[in-house]
Amino acid sequence: MKILVPIKRVIDYNVRVQLKRDNSGVQTDGVKMSINPFDEIAVEEALRIKERGDAEEVIVVSIGAKVCEQQIRNALAMGADRGILVETDDAVQPLGAARILQKIREEEGTDLVIMGKQAIDDDCNQTGQMLAAISNLPQATFGSKVELANGKATVTREVDEGLEVIEVDLPAIITTDLRLNEPRFVKMPDIMKAKKKPLDVKPLADLGVEMPPALENTGYAPPPKREGGKKVESVEELVEAMKNKGVL
Amino acid sequence: MDATEDEFALLTETGRRKLPTPPQQNNHGNVIVSLGSLCQRLAEQAEALEIDVFPGFPAAEALIEDGKVIGVRCGDMGLEKDSQFGEKPGPNYAPGVDIHAKLTVLAEGCRGSVSKQLIREFELDKDAEPQTYGLGFKELWQLPEGRVKPGRIEHTLGWPLQSGTYGGSFLYHLDEDRVYVGFIVGLDYEHPEFKPFEAFQQFKHHPSVKQLLEGGEIVSSGARTVVKGGLQSLPKMDIPGAMLIGDAAGTLNFAKIKGVHMALKSGMLAADHYIATAESSGWDAAFRKSDAAKELKKVRNIAPGFKKGMWFGLVNAAFETVTMGLAPWTLKHGKPDWKKLQKLDEAGDVPQHIGERDLPPKDRLASVYFAATEHDESQPPHLKISDTDICIDRCTEEYGNPCERFCPAGVYEIVETDGERRMQVNAANCVHCKACDIKDPYEIITWTTPEGGSGPNYQNL
Amino acid sequence: MKVLLIAEHANGKLNPSTAKSLTCAARLGDVDIAIFSDSVDAVAEKAAALDGVKNVIAVERAENANPLAAVLAPQIAKLAEDYDAVLMPSTTFGKDVMPRAAALMGVPQVSDIMDVAGEREFQRPIYAGNVLTTVKVPDGQKICGTVRVASWQPAPAGEAVASIDKRELDVELPSHTRFVKLEASKSDRPDLQSAPVVISGGRGVGSKENFDIIYRFADKLGAAVGASRAAVDAGFVPNDMQVGQTGKIIAPDLYMCFGISGAIQHVTGIKDAGTIVAVNKDPDAPIFEIADIGLVGDLFEILPKLEEAIDAEKS
Repeated sequence: MKILVPIKRVIDYNVRVQLKRDNSGVQTDGVKMSINPFDEIAVEEALRIKERGDAEEVIVVSIGAKVCEQQIRNALAMGADRGILVETDDAVQPLGAARILQKIREEEGTDLVIMGKQAIDDDCNQTGQMLAAISNLPQATFGSKVELANGKATVTREVDEGLEVIEVDLPAIITTDLRLNEPRFVKMPDIMKAKKKPLDVKPLADLGVEMPPALENTGYAPPPKREGGKKVESVEELVEAMKNKGVL
Repeated sequence: MDATEDEFALLTETGRRKLPTPPQQNNHGNVIVSLGSLCQRLAEQAEALEIDVFPGFPAAEALIEDGKVIGVRCGDMGLEKDSQFGEKPGPNYAPGVDIHAKLTVLAEGCRGSVSKQLIREFELDKDAEPQTYGLGFKELWQLPEGRVKPGRIEHTLGWPLQSGTYGGSFLYHLDEDRVYVGFIVGLDYEHPEFKPFEAFQQFKHHPSVKQLLEGGEIVSSGARTVVKGGLQSLPKMDIPGAMLIGDAAGTLNFAKIKGVHMALKSGMLAADHYIATAESSGWDAAFRKSDAAKELKKVRNIAPGFKKGMWFGLVNAAFETVTMGLAPWTLKHGKPDWKKLQKLDEAGDVPQHIGERDLPPKDRLASVYFAATEHDESQPPHLKISDTDICIDRCTEEYGNPCERFCPAGVYEIVETDGERRMQVNAANCVHCKACDIKDPYEIITWTTPEGGSGPNYQNL
Repeated sequence: MKVLLIAEHANGKLNPSTAKSLTCAARLGDVDIAIFSDSVDAVAEKAAALDGVKNVIAVERAENANPLAAVLAPQIAKLAEDYDAVLMPSTTFGKDVMPRAAALMGVPQVSDIMDVAGEREFQRPIYAGNVLTTVKVPDGQKICGTVRVASWQPAPAGEAVASIDKRELDVELPSHTRFVKLEASKSDRPDLQSAPVVISGGRGVGSKENFDIIYRFADKLGAAVGASRAAVDAGFVPNDMQVGQTGKIIAPDLYMCFGISGAIQHVTGIKDAGTIVAVNKDPDAPIFEIADIGLVGDLFEILPKLEEAIDAEKS
């Protein structure tokens, strides 16, 4: 079995994200970039499946500019076997990404796609579901436990009500939640090895994927600042104020 | 950003008097850059030359064999939180690798932990004055339009520090309505209740500074110690198998308040030396013969002059500048910084003005927020206190726990629960300035390398 | 504009997210609510009673017993043919199903709608709410979106007036996805991340034992319990209760905190809360700069009085 793991290059989780001065977008100059944390969990899960002997190959794929090779190399250093970069300088939205991934999935003939439930930059939480839809495959989103047996995956999903378990036939698309696993630390010798692993760069234009309509970004703004309200003098006043706010 | 104009001024509580700009502070021909961005750029250049750079793998200790440094050991990853000496590996444990090398060049910056180990073990400082340090703060501000004069550089002495405390401010005007504002305090200050962080914050409220900052926003903030001992504190810079360069040794020119040019230069000289001789020995002598060392020699007496107060310091600095350091004497620093703290009962009034403050950050925690510092909280604390009983009993009585004050990040906290006092180390707040390793009066705090990737995430600082 | 809202429901009851999403949907045009279930009647009645609903479309089918995206998406796509916009709540249910349906329709999706900024324009959070962006759905495209429920007040319920239209959809459904089971959260208290009311304690609570009064008060209100990092670091409560930058980012309707100073790291975790109530003995604590209602005082004196007052309100 081959596992495909799409990864996205995003501003590192620990960076305090700031808007550009003119609110035209987010400041990315001199900012640390990393693999989207949910995707890192996906890479880890794929590697564990391979290490259990349930898969032969883990392929990571990213979509974006040449610099995304850094994150692919990172995933290769974690232990993935090879990488593919679909190179484009244009921003790609979830539906477009899903179409690209569908094409790669077909070309590579992968049985399982594991990917992050969302990227921590645009927080869309769409691509996995969309890839499943256009591939006409089952999806198991927000996975916190994945078991594979007899051509099926049993996935525990973190839903608002608790934990839901579903069973899907393979091939399938699984998206990861935070508690699925804790990704390994990259080891220095593996960084060296990763440099020699194959990384295919495919220009998006050569892929023959028709890009779908996209949303137009019309503006960015900082979230409104919270203003303090009033101080009350007693418990009675507190209860009264809470009643007035409709929270009691 | 090219430097365009300089101002050197002396502050009183409400006043500001311009002084002639000392030649060391003349920045004509210099550029203002973010040190973080500079390092990133240098790393890119190195990688383009196919040099491997491994960010996120801190060298935790030197490997020594038969009196020779043979490389470094990187820190372990994934230890359990209560693991004291690496004895409790967690599920993702990855032991630190050993890297062996013909030559190890230590470029750790001020108070590097491996350099510290080597300076001790090889007694590299036995012929030198004790090293002395400064604690520097820096903030990047985004200001309302039209206030900054791009390229302008301002330095001040005086308020809010009193004459016995050495330090001063810097203000670099950048483009796009941004400024760097910063402050350095000598860690040889004596009063245990003195608060360096608050001195910086107070400085920002001087009328001449506040009018610039008011209405602006902090983008980023940080703190770091710097070496200021100069030539007389410079340890021997070579050991079999290893060299010290830059502030790992202490090449900073404190009269200029600049270390980057010296660090770069010492790195280049070290490379020249190794290419010519293929060994580390002789590096110390080679550096001391260089123009870089001559630059340090000229200014060697300026910083120590200030331990007799600001006015003596200024007059001495003028003398040393005019004579270009040709005086036959070399001033001493005296005791190391950690021994300089007076005990509470002999210290007298705190030489510090604490007034109203309304500019951000409100407190140390808020400042840490703008440093975007991060440590995975499941790791063992990287700040080791060898005996916390001393904190609770002796230190409280003798010095009033100065760690709560000299740490700019609120790492050290004496907490009282159910009537019992204990030392709480909030290691996750640490911005890696290393003031604690330097200033703690019992030398019981040791700064060790945390898990790779931990620490502040400075943006354009 | 004709808007179709997909209801979230379980055990014959509407999930509160439906009424909140309805408020958003009504800003776009006339709203029909669709219900997919193996037994629609009870829920359909409730949906029909929500203010502003034109029609309830009830799709009853055995396969709809459990909300599986692969099963629901093709039905939604089919039903959507008659509408200009399709919305779902941005709960794990809507997040799972909506993108699958949107992709089947070949249109992009707007996730987490906070506000309607124009006819086809929406405001939504990115970077965990640290930045807001406005996006426009291209002309001629069907609007698909999920609604950030914390940003909207629920539409009130009254008499059931909307017509209920039982619909059969001629859609072939896949069998590759099967529901196995749902384990409800085990904890007696609601989940911190999704609870509408959260009570938090900080270092001011003083000890692990003292935290009992926080738990007791929370149970009185049916609330989840959180804590500041200081309280976690001091060992009063476990790590997973930490609210803030390095803990959980939450957005309850009501957040009440006791003995929390309000360091910026904590405040980052509650900035999207509906109403923040703070009790702290330090009048200068930064928490009061962002709290909607503040009370300066000793939490050990205030909490018992507050409990009494709430008992009195209830009875």
